Amino acid sequence: MQNSHASWSREKPVVTLWQIDISPAPGQPDVRGSSLAAEAADLGLNGKLAVAAAHGFLVEGDLDETQVQRLARELLADSVVESATVAPVGDQRLNEAPGETTQLVHVLYKPGVMDPVADSTLAAINDFGYRPRAVRTFRKYWIRGLQPAELPTLCSKLLANDSIEQAVVGPLHLEHLELGSGYSFQRITIPLRSLDDDALVRLSREGQLYLTLVEMQTIQRYFQEQGRDPTDIELETVAQTWSEHCSHKTLAGRIAYRDEHGERRFHNMLKETIFAATQEVRARLGQDDWCVSVFKDNAGVVRFDEHWNVAFKVETHNHPSALEPYGGANTGVGGVIRDTLGTGLGAKPICNTDVFCFAPPNLDPQELPPGVLHPRRVMRGVVAGVRDYGNRMGIPTINGALFFDRRYLGNPLVYCGNVGLLPRDKSHKKSQPGDWIVAIGGRTGRDGIHGATFSSAELTSESESISGGAVQIGNAITEKMVLDVLLQARDRGLFTAVTDCGAGGFSSAVGEMGEEIGAEVWLDRAPLKYDGLSYTEIWISEAQERMVLSVPPHHWDELRSLCAAENVEATILGKFVPTGRLELRFHGINVGELSMEFLHQGRPPVVRDAVYQPNPTVPLNFVPKSDYTETLLRILGSFNVASKEWVIRQYDHEVQGGSVVKPLVGVANDGPSDAAVVRPVLSSQRGLVISCGMNPRYGDFDTYDMATSAVDEAVRNCVAVGADPKRIAILDNFCWGYTDRPETLGSLVRAALGCHDAAVALGTPFISGKDSLNNEFTYEDAQGQRRTISIPPSLLISAMGQIEHVDRCVTMDFKKPENLVYLVGITRNELGGSHFSLVEELTGGHAPRSDLRGAPRIFNAVHTAIQQGLISACHDLSEGGLAVAAAEMAFAGGIGADLDLHAMPHDSTIESRDIDGKAALLLFAESNTRFLCEIEREKQAAFETVLGDVPFACLGKTTESRRLRIQNSPAGSNSPPSWIVDADLETLKEAWQAPLRW
Amino acid sequence: MSQPQVLVLRAPGANCDAETGYAFERAGARVQFVHVNQLLESPRLLKDAQILGLPGGFSYGDDIAAGRILANQIRHHLFDAMAEFKAAGKLLLGICNGFQVLIKSGLLLADVHGEAPATLTGNASGKFEDRWVQLKVTSDRSAFLQGISSLYLPVAHAEGRFVVRDEATLTRLWDNGQVALCYTSPSNLNSASVGYPENPNGSQANIAGITDETGRVLGLMPHPERYIDRTHHPRWTRGEGTSPGDGFAIFQNAVRYFA
Repeated sequence: MQNSHASWSREKPVVTLWQIDISPAPGQPDVRGSSLAAEAADLGLNGKLAVAAAHGFLVEGDLDETQVQRLARELLADSVVESATVAPVGDQRLNEAPGETTQLVHVLYKPGVMDPVADSTLAAINDFGYRPRAVRTFRKYWIRGLQPAELPTLCSKLLANDSIEQAVVGPLHLEHLELGSGYSFQRITIPLRSLDDDALVRLSREGQLYLTLVEMQTIQRYFQEQGRDPTDIELETVAQTWSEHCSHKTLAGRIAYRDEHGERRFHNMLKETIFAATQEVRARLGQDDWCVSVFKDNAGVVRFDEHWNVAFKVETHNHPSALEPYGGANTGVGGVIRDTLGTGLGAKPICNTDVFCFAPPNLDPQELPPGVLHPRRVMRGVVAGVRDYGNRMGIPTINGALFFDRRYLGNPLVYCGNVGLLPRDKSHKKSQPGDWIVAIGGRTGRDGIHGATFSSAELTSESESISGGAVQIGNAITEKMVLDVLLQARDRGLFTAVTDCGAGGFSSAVGEMGEEIGAEVWLDRAPLKYDGLSYTEIWISEAQERMVLSVPPHHWDELRSLCAAENVEATILGKFVPTGRLELRFHGINVGELSMEFLHQGRPPVVRDAVYQPNPTVPLNFVPKSDYTETLLRILGSFNVASKEWVIRQYDHEVQGGSVVKPLVGVANDGPSDAAVVRPVLSSQRGLVISCGMNPRYGDFDTYDMATSAVDEAVRNCVAVGADPKRIAILDNFCWGYTDRPETLGSLVRAALGCHDAAVALGTPFISGKDSLNNEFTYEDAQGQRRTISIPPSLLISAMGQIEHVDRCVTMDFKKPENLVYLVGITRNELGGSHFSLVEELTGGHAPRSDLRGAPRIFNAVHTAIQQGLISACHDLSEGGLAVAAAEMAFAGGIGADLDLHAMPHDSTIESRDIDGKAALLLFAESNTRFLCEIEREKQAAFETVLGDVPFACLGKTTESRRLRIQNSPAGSNSPPSWIVDADLETLKEAWQAPLRW
Repeated sequence: MSQPQVLVLRAPGANCDAETGYAFERAGARVQFVHVNQLLESPRLLKDAQILGLPGGFSYGDDIAAGRILANQIRHHLFDAMAEFKAAGKLLLGICNGFQVLIKSGLLLADVHGEAPATLTGNASGKFEDRWVQLKVTSDRSAFLQGISSLYLPVAHAEGRFVVRDEATLTRLWDNGQVALCYTSPSNLNSASVGYPENPNGSQANIAGITDETGRVLGLMPHPERYIDRTHHPRWTRGEGTSPGDGFAIFQNAVRYFA
């Protein structure tokens, strides 16, 4: 039968749309099917489903069945573990249910969504000598145990994501794969000059420009002066350049700020707080300044050693991740990698750090507002997206954090960071007049149109339908290929400047590189994924994996052949010309012309009011207990503290071969390291230390304290593994709510002031940063009431430290029984926002403050002790305070400890308590700048000498017992110990590991 | 001692090439990085090399299946050149993605009735995992594993589950001494029952590495290049680990083979 069909094909060649279904062979596990069934149960959809999963390919072309059978056998299916069914689409053989009555669902990407596997498959089929027209991939599910009414919910909640995929119930009936359609050129002019204010506002909203009335009026005036109306592309270019995402206009704008100390007027808030701190630190360093390029390039750059600098950047990708967690996180990682790759003349990415904020994953699915994905699904998608991009790029993901709060429900946060290594003499760039504008990497499609302006908008339950185009899938291998050729071209000196195509696409990249020169762009030259793009779409597309280079004409041939040798597309898009103007052409026709000055300097300053009203202090009341073991177990099992091993192991944290301190440490390789250490130069022993600090719970009390605490925590984590506190650079990432509200902006300004003060006090310069504002989610509840959820003020501080020789590094796991255990630092009455409050459901109290004068002495003392080899284990105290730190050190090391709180250095605020209440404070307060250290007895004297007058106390010793026991003995008492914490290590570890053991 | 030349094969998405080359260099070899396009253009480049290294990574994104597209490129265009390389008494090492490419290209295990007798496919856990595993050497056939009885190394992959087409294949591999490396328990190298996570991917017979019949081609899922220094060991701060690390001996053996 197959033969007759094939010969018929050959006699009368026709284009056939073939479908190749691939299922696990008999006897092979259906891993995806069973995990989907389990997920359906976890999401509360249906606990009794049986799912058989398959995947497949649609291949359209002049191919006969024998040829497609060969492709199935030799390329598409693995005949050891899979079986394939080949037939034209619609053929009955493809749709025969395996076994009992089941429901069939196909899931396909929507046309135009990046399908990397399809692209690779097309190329691999070409390698067989066949020439198909198009390939698409799909997934296929046979579902048993489903009520028909449940099908739509299952499709939208689990099987497909409406923003990028379509679910087809039943057999596929397609005739052709979409290949795009023709484009007939039409130069579009917008009659802007005649519009009244209402019409301007409407145009801004309906055109997804997201500009304010004042900005629209400024643009109107510019074109009135020019004596003409703008084209669509001109309006889009201005909107991109002036977007919050690209210009940070709110935080770099004029702000009148009031708090309990009075009023302060900022001309440029960021410059006068964050940047100012860096300037103060650099001035103090003088000759020893190790900052290289701060707050001007795509990433901040500092000195590493005599040959190398390091660049560091952390970005957010919140809005795309809310709609499509996998694609959003995937392209978030891809984007930040391009940031360091586009820093100086190109840095080699050496490690990633990724921090996420989600609503608790155990949320009752019934409580989900409309249009919101369940946090469990968001978390799985985000982790998979980060994993697949980072791992494929061959960049180790070595650091991260997860933070859970209900207020992230409609608006999860995804922070993606990357560190790059670049030669000292390649750390600066400057495009030259006459250079070609060259695009390399991925092709341009309709992907991500309006991403830059969209990220400035508030999310609503309808965002999904408005902004579908802003959601993308990345193709890591394309970016890896770009990385490979870019670094070779850098080392051969083939270009004068490079930048990434991020938000705003070519519009931002060319606009930025040509700001001081002028540029002429020939939009018809851009290689396209498919036909039908207008000149404006080409200009503002945010298609991934593209970089723009400034190439002197005499290097063009060499660059082109270098790219061609590794299958990377390189195209001349235009030329930098000394006109001071941006000229856009399509097939020789002028479609836009703007002065660079208007574009970059013409935006009216944003003027905002900001108010901060300190929260009245409310006492924190709790009923003291005589045994806190149960409380400790609940804190260990809270989502923020619990083990993140499920996430960490999915990331390759050792690729590139420089791993020194891994994110998981200890006797069973599963304890929580404070920071990770890598050697970016394999022949050198110098280490790079990456850590972070964040605690939005403190922001509910005072964002100034939250900010200083976050800086302290990031630095503390770095120092705990051995970083030199005098060589730590930090980054800020502000994710906030709707900053047009003076109170919301006020809380941000106050945090920026905290950042300034902490950075100056600790001597840790900010070198780069990024903000994401308007993180709010609006929806209608069941009663038809409009409701808004704003995220809590969320400041992430990322730290990059250095250590001269990695053999000095220390990890947090207890090493040996009978060693001494020391606490360094002062404990205060600071349970506000603590995890003790969280699990005991308490409110009130004080959030931790930072003793900015005392902290540097503590950091220096601990560092000196580590350098001298005096510390066997060192752990920072953070969420859950001393009790959690001691428990983690004990179960990570598999070694118990007996500790006594009575000698713990604390301030007078703690004294007033009765003894059981005081014990709770000492155990669980989250006061800053504290470390728990394990010291060998013979090093005790030397250790105490190094600490000098820094507050410290010996709390006890490690033991053989595999139990953690803590008492708070009355001073001078000789009575037998009365343990207020007493648990074996297995119980503690199980409490910590169980919640996120997925 | 003559210094062998190593050709480390780069491909779109390969990403452990630099550290693999570094390990070979430290062991005393000269290293040349060659892109697969270069090799497709002039397969003669193989003639100058004594060792061919296929590094880890995600060649062509591991799209369709891990290593599949690069393996097909080899089958279609480079098979003869590589077979000749092998026949000339030279060495071939495939690590992680390199192992996946070797097994799917037919260079490691010859096709039976036109089809590969074994494969590496999706982990039983359903996900990518990075973790350290205890390995024991189960055959003295491989030139790369001479003098080594056990290794502690990291794995990092999503598709490392070794599966044979039929029981006869497995018997043949054991009988020929081609089962080179097995996952085992750190506390008992001869443990009879090895489950997850000691066997991190659900491989049949706990197989982590396979050698060809000559002993000159080795494919393994774990990454020897990630443990050549003491500070690579996950517990070096606890006094464990050696310098050089366990993985280094594999590179040294390769270099000494040409001494």
